[in-house]
Amino acid sequence: MRIRVVHDTIYTYEQAARGLIQVLRLTPRDHDGQHVREWRIEPSADGRLTAREDGFGNIVHWFTADEAADALTVRVTGEVETFDTAGIVRGAMERLPEPFYLRETPLTEPSPEIQAFAEEATSGGVGERLSVLHQLLTAVPERVVFEPGPTSASTTAAASFEAGKGVCQDMSHIFIAAARHLEIPTRYVSGYFRRDDGVDDQHAGHAWAEALVPGLGWVGFDAANGISTTEAHIRVAIGLDYLGAAPIRGSRIGGGKEGLEVRLRVEGGIESHSQSQSQGRQSQSQG
Amino acid sequence: MLSRTADNLYWLSRYAERADFVARILDAAHRLAALPSSYGGRASNEWASALESTGDTDEFKKHYDAVNEHTVCDFLAFSRHNPSSIRSCIETARENARSIRTALTTEMWDAINGAWLELRSYEGRELSRDEFSQFLDWVKQVSLAFDGSAYRTMLRNDGYWFTRLGMAIERADNTARILDVKYQILLPASEKVGGSLDYFQWTTILREVSAFNAYHWVYRESIKPVLVADLLIFNRQMPRSLTNCVGILMEHLDLIADSYGRRGESQRLASNLRSYLHNADIDRIFASGLHEFIEAFIGENNKLGAAISDQYLV
Amino acid sequence: MALAKAFDEMTGPGDLPAGGPVRDAYDTLKAWLDKTPPEHFNTRRSQAEMLFRRIGITFAVYGSNDSTERLIPFDIIPRVLTKPEWDFLERGLKQRVTALNMFLNDIYGAEECIKAGVIPADLVYRNQHYQMEMRSFRVPHDLYVHIAGIDIVRTGEKDFFVLEDNARTPSGVSYMLENREVMLRLFPELFSRHRVAPVENYPDALLATLRSLAPQSASRDPTVVLLTPGRYNSAFYEHSFLADKLGVELVEAGDLFTKDDVVYMRTTEGPRRVDVIYRRLDDAFLDPLVFRPDSVLGVPGLMNAYERGNVTLSNAVGTGISDDKAVYSYMPEIVKFFTGEEPILHNVPTYRCREKESFSYVMDNLKDLVVKEVNGSGGYGMLVGPHATRREIEEFGKRLRHAPDGFIAQPTLSLSTCPTFVASGVAPRHVDLRPFVLAGADEIRIVPGGLTRVALKEGSLVVNSSQGGGTKDTWVLDA
Repeated sequence: MRIRVVHDTIYTYEQAARGLIQVLRLTPRDHDGQHVREWRIEPSADGRLTAREDGFGNIVHWFTADEAADALTVRVTGEVETFDTAGIVRGAMERLPEPFYLRETPLTEPSPEIQAFAEEATSGGVGERLSVLHQLLTAVPERVVFEPGPTSASTTAAASFEAGKGVCQDMSHIFIAAARHLEIPTRYVSGYFRRDDGVDDQHAGHAWAEALVPGLGWVGFDAANGISTTEAHIRVAIGLDYLGAAPIRGSRIGGGKEGLEVRLRVEGGIESHSQSQSQGRQSQSQG
Repeated sequence: MLSRTADNLYWLSRYAERADFVARILDAAHRLAALPSSYGGRASNEWASALESTGDTDEFKKHYDAVNEHTVCDFLAFSRHNPSSIRSCIETARENARSIRTALTTEMWDAINGAWLELRSYEGRELSRDEFSQFLDWVKQVSLAFDGSAYRTMLRNDGYWFTRLGMAIERADNTARILDVKYQILLPASEKVGGSLDYFQWTTILREVSAFNAYHWVYRESIKPVLVADLLIFNRQMPRSLTNCVGILMEHLDLIADSYGRRGESQRLASNLRSYLHNADIDRIFASGLHEFIEAFIGENNKLGAAISDQYLV
Repeated sequence: MALAKAFDEMTGPGDLPAGGPVRDAYDTLKAWLDKTPPEHFNTRRSQAEMLFRRIGITFAVYGSNDSTERLIPFDIIPRVLTKPEWDFLERGLKQRVTALNMFLNDIYGAEECIKAGVIPADLVYRNQHYQMEMRSFRVPHDLYVHIAGIDIVRTGEKDFFVLEDNARTPSGVSYMLENREVMLRLFPELFSRHRVAPVENYPDALLATLRSLAPQSASRDPTVVLLTPGRYNSAFYEHSFLADKLGVELVEAGDLFTKDDVVYMRTTEGPRRVDVIYRRLDDAFLDPLVFRPDSVLGVPGLMNAYERGNVTLSNAVGTGISDDKAVYSYMPEIVKFFTGEEPILHNVPTYRCREKESFSYVMDNLKDLVVKEVNGSGGYGMLVGPHATRREIEEFGKRLRHAPDGFIAQPTLSLSTCPTFVASGVAPRHVDLRPFVLAGADEIRIVPGGLTRVALKEGSLVVNSSQGGGTKDTWVLDA
């Protein structure tokens, strides 16, 4: 499927903010399930924009504004060709050894409640790895309701689990915390999701998890939608948790209160070229 | 030097100066309050006036119901809610000193740290009049010791110059505030017969800026309001006069500019401020409005403080 | 349980009658102790305290509200090491720090030691202090640990053990320097009777080390700064003391900023480029854009400048993994693997509770063991079995059972004692030693001695200042 993304992140400040630095993990890379046809990042202010790769293999842009500014818009536009790989992620940039993805983080610390939940939902996690993960994938949305609400970047898996509600970020954190508790290497993915209900305009990017399945490699689990990842998912950045994969982390000096607005349009089903599709299938069968 | 170090030196000196000023205000208020009412005691609003020239009246109202000796002394001397109370001044000065220990001489550190340690012996108990008066004397000694230690032991480089800037900005502000709060007393309208109330008010002003003896040496006349104002605004010999403070500011801003090879907004504003004083004279000021004149000065002095901060301290 | 009598730094092993012979190094000191009237000690001790208070050595103790500024007790009787003893320690320390650097360089690079099975992979990768950011570039001169404090304990004439490696931001060196300064002032006559190796050159050695580590892009006269979390940090005094002795700026986060991948400090004369940052701030707080986003103590963009090779952080990011006590337990193998030599300094035998057999042994013998958190420091959260009540042992056992991976255990060592001036007079108290090792691009420098910490409570083995420990001057006799 060809998916087109237009993603504006609009910051406004009460007064002009100095020393604006933004770290942008907003650029997808190719893997067997996606081919990036075109991608651009355009900040509204003058400044230095340099790209490098982080420890996870994500492409990270550092933007430093030249002057103080009272508003900043980061516009991302691009087009990605995706293919259904039954959630299996192959051919992606792998920079870190697998045990690394067993590490707990403050956002994904498994509270005793999450530990109990993980063990209950999977009968102790002893079964075959893929079915254990699918049991978790089913169980998370049963326990935690998707509800945009007072969660923030710093909401922990434990807090969201206790509240019994959260957004895709929280549900991914809970999935990760539970899976890691069962000693399954798991990671956080931030990206975009094309909805199939005809709603193209969204208010936020999407997030899900990837877990390691022996024999298959990394497999995507979208806990918020209760499904494995599909060709509707564009995979942008990975991390141990939200912080490592966050689309934007920024800092500034002064500026007073900050206003933040996200305008995101994810359109799918744009006419697709058989050529690039077959290219994708070729590389998939190679893997 | 680090901007923050300069900032700490600057504020350390400002707060040490402010502590002394608040102590003088309280001292003078006590003196006035102790007068029989026929000489202006009791009936006068000395405590309200002390509050006005030093503190944040709104903050005061949040914590006290009435303006009287007890509440004002507490607020100005010991309150944690008042950032300009003597206690807060010493504590803030010491906090500034603590974060730049290495930029201070041992003598300066001892002066301010010793004061901070000794402050505890005055806190948290009811002080008698005598004890309170001893306390005020002690504060003045602390300020003297600090100023003297800086004067005697600091290298004459930018570090020292920033302490002088802090001291002079604060001192100019303090002198101007006293003039502003008391300007009605100085105005010719209230000069009828030179009533005893006014006489003691004027001498109070002089005491607040430790100029009571200086007045006689300079003017060799009995006390007149116009001369009191002249002394505090224009007299170069008078350490706390606005003219002298601005002179100190000019001098040290020039030293800094020469040393760094760059001039900027603070040098320009200081020149303007000097011209402002230079082009005025006391008779015209009394004719056109002392209050307006002083208010404008306070505004410009604040602007200069902000410019120094922008140019060097952040 | 009463421990066997410990080795005494002055009298040696065994119970010697008072007035008996002492070890050679202590001959003169013993004579001086014997003929000095106790009042004299008392006077000198209060003079010492006054000197310390005046110069402002204070140490904020966590968890005590009333005494945010408290003196660490100083004991006026020095601890003495002979030249041969020190030469041995010095060789061992150099070997150990060299190996630590090769180890860190390896786990963020080629990972040979993991592939070779010298250390289990998950112990490295799952460690909170393993910073994956460090995998994508090489640190200047391939050196990670530039300043290390290696804690050493002694149990016999020739038995020295490494107790802990402190490779993050080891503190205490200001006490080493101030203790000597105060001793020189109080007891000049003692120094005239001994040839004590000087320690006063430590700041020079530190500055030379830091300058040697400057990145390639730095000017020939690199700018070094010391980054402190600020005056509320428990070691702030040391930060300001060292900056002063080094003659470098003591900066807080707000004094630094980054622009186009270069670090600058704000000065009254405008921005000035910074080349080497001696940071006394943990990794997690260094850069809110990369690590903890809520850190107000860090500099946004610092890691980017670091990764671009425009600034040196000292110590490097990611050294904390070698402080981990489970990693410590592999040090003998690590030293052998990287240097090809037998370790000169031995580890204290260590049981890893993550291993099943060790765990059950530890659970069965809690009352005889010292159990420590692998990531703990400062003597917090540890169990000293022989000194614990039954209840404390039970409580600790519960914690241990809940998360065995988080703990290691060691036999209760009988740390050597050293004569110490206490309320009842001069009495033996347990001591350890923290020498400071400086690893520069040019050479490894160690000033002779280090910081001797002493457990002032009779029989106590916990020397940490946060737990009521004190310090002593440490003498290495030159001849």
